[in-house]
Amino acid sequence: MSNTLTLGTRRIGYEVRQYFRQGDTVFFTFLFPLVMLTIFATAFSETSFGEDANGNDLSAAEFYLPAMLAAGVLLSGLQNMAVDIAVEKSDGTLKRLGGSPLPVLSYFMGKIGQVLVTGILQAAAILLLAGVVFQAALPTDAEHWLTFAWVFVLGVVTSAILGIALSAIPRSGKSATAVIIPITLVLQFISGVYLSFTQLPEWLQNVASIFPLKWMAQGMRAVFLPEGYEVLERGESWDLPGVALFTALWLVVGLVAARLSFRWIRKDS
Amino acid sequence: MTDTQPIVSVRDLRKSYGSFTALDGVSFDIEPGETFALLGPNGAGKSTTIEILEGYRDRSSGEARVLGTDPGKGGLAWKARLGIVLQSSGESGAITVREQLTHFAGFYPNPRSVDDVIAAVGLEAKQKTLIRNLSGGQKRRVDVALGVIGRPELLFLDEPTTGFDPEARHQFWDLIRQLKSEGTTILLTTHYLDEAAQLGDRAGVIAGGRLIDIGAIDEIGGAEAREPIVRWFENGPREERTTTPGSLIAALQQRLGVEVPGLEIIRPSLEDVYLGLVSSTSSVQRSTGSTTEGVAA
Repeated sequence: MSNTLTLGTRRIGYEVRQYFRQGDTVFFTFLFPLVMLTIFATAFSETSFGEDANGNDLSAAEFYLPAMLAAGVLLSGLQNMAVDIAVEKSDGTLKRLGGSPLPVLSYFMGKIGQVLVTGILQAAAILLLAGVVFQAALPTDAEHWLTFAWVFVLGVVTSAILGIALSAIPRSGKSATAVIIPITLVLQFISGVYLSFTQLPEWLQNVASIFPLKWMAQGMRAVFLPEGYEVLERGESWDLPGVALFTALWLVVGLVAARLSFRWIRKDS
Repeated sequence: MTDTQPIVSVRDLRKSYGSFTALDGVSFDIEPGETFALLGPNGAGKSTTIEILEGYRDRSSGEARVLGTDPGKGGLAWKARLGIVLQSSGESGAITVREQLTHFAGFYPNPRSVDDVIAAVGLEAKQKTLIRNLSGGQKRRVDVALGVIGRPELLFLDEPTTGFDPEARHQFWDLIRQLKSEGTTILLTTHYLDEAAQLGDRAGVIAGGRLIDIGAIDEIGGAEAREPIVRWFENGPREERTTTPGSLIAALQQRLGVEVPGLEIIRPSLEDVYLGLVSSTSSVQRSTGSTTEGVAA
């Protein structure tokens, strides 16, 4: 077991190093939410997104910050993992590892560790961009940051596990981005990342509420939007227990699906 | 007696995919320290055999033991004793040669030194290059390096030198001879018969899912297939197979003079022997194949 942990830790460094050497993944999963935040904050710089209890206007950067953090979690976790593993499956990386004495668990430690490391760096970059460049007001109390910590970690791990499960869908590495990106894009549109969730039709809100991104985005809004904004949510509350419950439920679904679908190679194909 | 147990033992190995029979009862042993070459045309069942032994595929029936273990159930400790060089690898590889070898060395309990392995495959100058930026032949050398880094007891080489230039191939042969001298058992598949002749102790020839011949490299195909061929000119090209080329030439000299025109004595190479074996079975296969198709239809 200690060998599994040692190798798993080494895999994290190995995976992170490779991640940042691939220009396309760095752009489409790492920088994408930063680019989107910049676009929204600039395009709607004159627009007010309501005002808080003290009468201060909510800026575009402040309004989109939680959404972009949630998008980052989805991209760094789900999209990155699903595409990455599908490519590794088709280019022979997994076959080679499957013939080596690397424990499967160490491999997944490496993957999830990579998602955590890149996800944390990404979130830090988004917060820095919002706070320093766009002067967004950030929470100053420990309670909000604690909520952020658990929503973020639970969200990243759930996304990563779901990504591992989804990596079984693309039939080849070449089709991986074409299969996975539409899924994440549609989820972002219906889950209140790019469009305000409560402005969506009721039935679409119901559909989106099945999937975890809606809940992660809601959790992020609970942290970063001013008090009073919860009245705009469904049920007029942040519903943090619901956030925890639905995300954790998807984590379990993802674990079961990943356990059933993951193979080093497609045997006898 | 553990010291005389074969490293690989295969009995009546069969593999079918639906109605297609890829392997139809193959049996052979590989003894400790031996280099065994598995030869045969494309689609004959070489890779199916080697992938069953590597643990990648399940067999349909028959017995297989690799290092005393059923390869379908081999665990991590078993994998640590194997070295596998797959037929193809197309990894994107945003990692340098040295980083990759160092990383893989960490999987094994008693790995070779990374420096030694890099030197043995001749990649010293490329060790800090990302694998994706290497040429095809250089990537292949990385594959070979990864196959031997764990100091395997048994090394699988599935068409290892495809894409090598002649110099790289000779370097590779030297590396394999060194591994042999250290006692590594090797199972090699190759399309290059000179490679099998250079490295192999014994060879098996697979065609149509069956082992059609097995034996020492210099005996395979039988004595008849190795009979020298004498060629000369006498009203056009002539040739004759004979076990006694000396007497034939003496007779020719009497008839045509001491310098017999166009005289050649050719000892069939492994390639000639192999082509003879494979072409005779493929014609048999074709005729039986059409009968079964007729029955199925």
